Amino acid sequence: MATAKQKSGKAPSQSDADNLLKLYRDMLLIRRFEEKAGQLYGMGLIGGFCHLYIGQEAVVVGLTAATRQGDSFITSYRDHGHMLACGMDPKGVMAELTGRSTGYSKGKGGSMHMFSREKGFFGGHGIVAAQVPLGTGLAFGHKYREDGGVCLCFLGDGAVNQGQVYESFNMAALWKLPVIYVVENNKYGMGTSVERASASTELHRRGDAYGIPGVAVDGMDVLEVEKLARKWLAHAREGKGPVVLEMKTYRYRGHSMSDPAKYRSKEEVSKVRAEHDPIDTLAKKLLEGKLASEEQLKEIDRQVKEICTDAAEFSQSSPEPDLGELYTDVLVEA
Amino acid sequence: MPIQILMPALSPTMTEGKLARWLKAEGDAVKSGDVLAEIETDKATMEMEAADDGVLGRILVPGGSEGVKVNTPIGLILTEGEDKSALDKVSTPPSPAASKAESAPPSAPPSAPPAPSAVKIETPKAYAGPTKRQTVREALRDAMAEEMRLDANVFLIGEEVGQYQGAYKVSQGLLDEFGPKRVIDTPITEMGFAGLGVGAAFSGLKPIVEFMTFNFSMQAIDQIVNSAAKTLYMSGGQQRSSIVFRGPNGAASRVAAQHSQCYASWYAHCPGLKVVAPWSGEDAKGLLKAAIRDPNPVIVLENEMMYGQNFEVPDDLDFTVPIGLAKIERAGASVTITAFSRMVGLALEAAEALAKEGIEAEVINLRSLRPLDTATIIESVKKTNRLVTVEEGWPYAGIGAEIAAQVMDQAFDWLDAPITRVAGEDVPMPYAANLEKLALPDVAKIAAAARAVCYRGRT
Repeated sequence: MATAKQKSGKAPSQSDADNLLKLYRDMLLIRRFEEKAGQLYGMGLIGGFCHLYIGQEAVVVGLTAATRQGDSFITSYRDHGHMLACGMDPKGVMAELTGRSTGYSKGKGGSMHMFSREKGFFGGHGIVAAQVPLGTGLAFGHKYREDGGVCLCFLGDGAVNQGQVYESFNMAALWKLPVIYVVENNKYGMGTSVERASASTELHRRGDAYGIPGVAVDGMDVLEVEKLARKWLAHAREGKGPVVLEMKTYRYRGHSMSDPAKYRSKEEVSKVRAEHDPIDTLAKKLLEGKLASEEQLKEIDRQVKEICTDAAEFSQSSPEPDLGELYTDVLVEA
Repeated sequence: MPIQILMPALSPTMTEGKLARWLKAEGDAVKSGDVLAEIETDKATMEMEAADDGVLGRILVPGGSEGVKVNTPIGLILTEGEDKSALDKVSTPPSPAASKAESAPPSAPPSAPPAPSAVKIETPKAYAGPTKRQTVREALRDAMAEEMRLDANVFLIGEEVGQYQGAYKVSQGLLDEFGPKRVIDTPITEMGFAGLGVGAAFSGLKPIVEFMTFNFSMQAIDQIVNSAAKTLYMSGGQQRSSIVFRGPNGAASRVAAQHSQCYASWYAHCPGLKVVAPWSGEDAKGLLKAAIRDPNPVIVLENEMMYGQNFEVPDDLDFTVPIGLAKIERAGASVTITAFSRMVGLALEAAEALAKEGIEAEVINLRSLRPLDTATIIESVKKTNRLVTVEEGWPYAGIGAEIAAQVMDQAFDWLDAPITRVAGEDVPMPYAANLEKLALPDVAKIAAAARAVCYRGRT
C-alpha cells in the first residue's frame, strides 16, 4: 500500500480505497464464479474433473495485482481463479467448463486446460508439477528476449514432492531466471495432509539447497500477499533470480467435485471460514476503515453475481463444438 | 620382429579417427603404460598408451593425420635386442584391418552398414544443386548452424552441447559461433530441460533440445507427450510449441539394454508429434532443417552408428527434406522393403545381394514415421505385391505392425504374400557381442525375408 500512496497524488485514502475495492471485487468474482461452477456441475452441465478455488482467492488476486503487462502465468489444474485474475473473460471460461465451442479451448480442453496468449496465461496443466519446468521455460523466454517480464509459476503443496520441481529450481537458480514459484499450500494434496506427505513441512524452504530465498506468507490476507508480491517481482525483474513464496491458504471445498473430504473435520473448515476468510477479512477492513460503505460492497456483489449469471447463461446457450472439430488443432498446418 | 602399434578404437562406435599428435618421437624409449599419442575419436580426444616396452622405432602415420582407420599400423616398436635394421624388414606392413575386423572388436559390429560408396544411391529428383561430402554428424551440425543464423529464436539446449562440443560432437563449433546464450549446457536433468524447452516454445522461441541419447528421453516423455504434443489441441489451436527433440536413437554398439532402445514406435504413436528418422547425410540435414522450421513439436531420431558415415550432402541454405515424404532409394519390381534410419543401409545391401539372384527389391527409405508416407508404400506394393518391413526396434506394436495394418486396409487385394516384418528380437538388448548381433536385423535376415515373400528358396 505504501507504493500506492507514493505513486498517487490524490488523497491517500481514496487511492487506498480504490485499490482495496478492486481487490475485493476480484476476489468476490472468483468466489461467485466458482460457486456458480459448483452449481452447474451439480446440474450435470460440467463434466469430468472440476477443482474449485474457493477459499484461496487472496493468493492469486494479491499476486496478479502486483504484476504488469507482459508477465506470464502458469498453474496446474485448480486454475479458474488464475484465469479470472489474469483478466480472462468469465464467459469464455465458463463455456469451456461446459464444453462449448465458445470456450477458451473451443470445448476441447475443459476445466484443467485453458490458455490465453493475450493475457499471458499459459495454462491450466493436468499433470501435477509439469507446469513447473514449463513456467521455468517461460521465465527462460523472458530472459532470452530481455523483455523484462517475470513468470508467476503456481504449484500446490502436493506438487512440491515431485522431482521435476527441484530440477526446475536448480536451473532457475543456476541461470537466475525471472520466476516466482508460488506454492499454494492449502494443507491437503487431494486427501493427504502436508504432514503426511512432506518430511519437512516448511515448504518455503524447499529452495534452500539451491540458494533460492523462500518466504512464508499469510495467503488469506490479500494485502500481505500483494505487498510481498511487489517486493519479489522487483527482485526477479532486477535479474536476481527465483524466489519461493509459500502461501498459507485453505480450500473450503473438496479436492474436486467428487471429493467427500473425509480427511478433515467440518469444524476445521468452519473455523477457517469464520475467522480467516479472505473476502470477509477485507470487507471488515473496508468498513471499519470507512473506506467503503455496506451499500458499495452490496453493489459490487450484485455486479459480480450478474457477471457470473451471464457467464452461466452463455455457457449453456452456446453450441457444442462442431463434430469436425474432432480433427482440428492436432498439428499447426505449416 | 618389431611390434606394430595399431590405430585403436577408443569408443564403441569409432571406425576411424584423427591421430592428433605423437607424444613420443622416433628413438624414444617407451614403457608399457606410457602415453604414446593423442587420438581424436568421434566423441573426444583420448590418450593412447603403449602396451609394450621398447623403443619407438618408426612412426608410420604422422601426427595430424585424419581419417585413420581403426587397426591401421601407425608405428613400430623395437623390442629388446632389435636395432633399426629390423624396421626395414617390415617394409610393407601387412594390413591387419580386414582380418582383425572379422574377429569383431567391440567397435566394428558385424552388421555395420556398408560403405556408402558401395551402394547405388538414387539422386534426389528435387535437388540438383551443389553438394559436399561430409559426415552425418557434420550435416546435422550444419543444419542447426544454418537455421540458427536465419532465426534468432532458435537455440540449442542439452547436456554437453556447449563447452564439451556435444557428447557425440554433433554440436561442434556451435558454442564458438553462437555463444552461451544460444548454446546452453544443462545439468543432467532431462525432465527439467525438456519441460523448460517446451515452456520456452510456448513463449515463442524455437528450442532444439538434444538428448544425449533418446534412451534418456524416457525421463522426459511426460513433457514431450503431455505438454508439447497435446497442448495445441487442448488449447483449441491457441498454444503452439515449435520445438525439436533430437539425439541418437536405438542401439549403438555393445551398450546393453538401457542404452539400446528404439523409440520410433513410442513417439510415432502420439498425435500432435511429428517423428522423423534420417539415414543419409542428405536426410539428416534436410529433415533437421525442416524440423526446426516446423511449427510443431518434431522428434528427430538420429543414429549414433551413422554419425561418422560420409555422404554427398546438399550445400544449400534453402534445402530441406519435406516431413511426411518417403524416398525410394532403389527401384525394383519384385518386392518392397521399407526401412528407416540405419536399416536403410542394410536394406540396400540386401537388395544388392538379392539382385544377383534375380530378385529386384524396391527399397523405401521412410524418412518420416509420423506422418507416414503411406501413399508411396501402397503404390510400391501395388507394383511388387510383396512387402518386407525392417526396423531395429521391437516388433510388438512396432512401425512394421502399423505399416502392415495400413497396407491391409488399402492394398489387401494386391498382396501376393503375407507381409513380413524384420525387427529387433523381442528381448531387452543383450551385451555379449554374439547375442547382440543375434538380436538385431542384419542383411541376411532381410534378404531371407525378401526371398520368403517371393517364394524363392528357404534359408
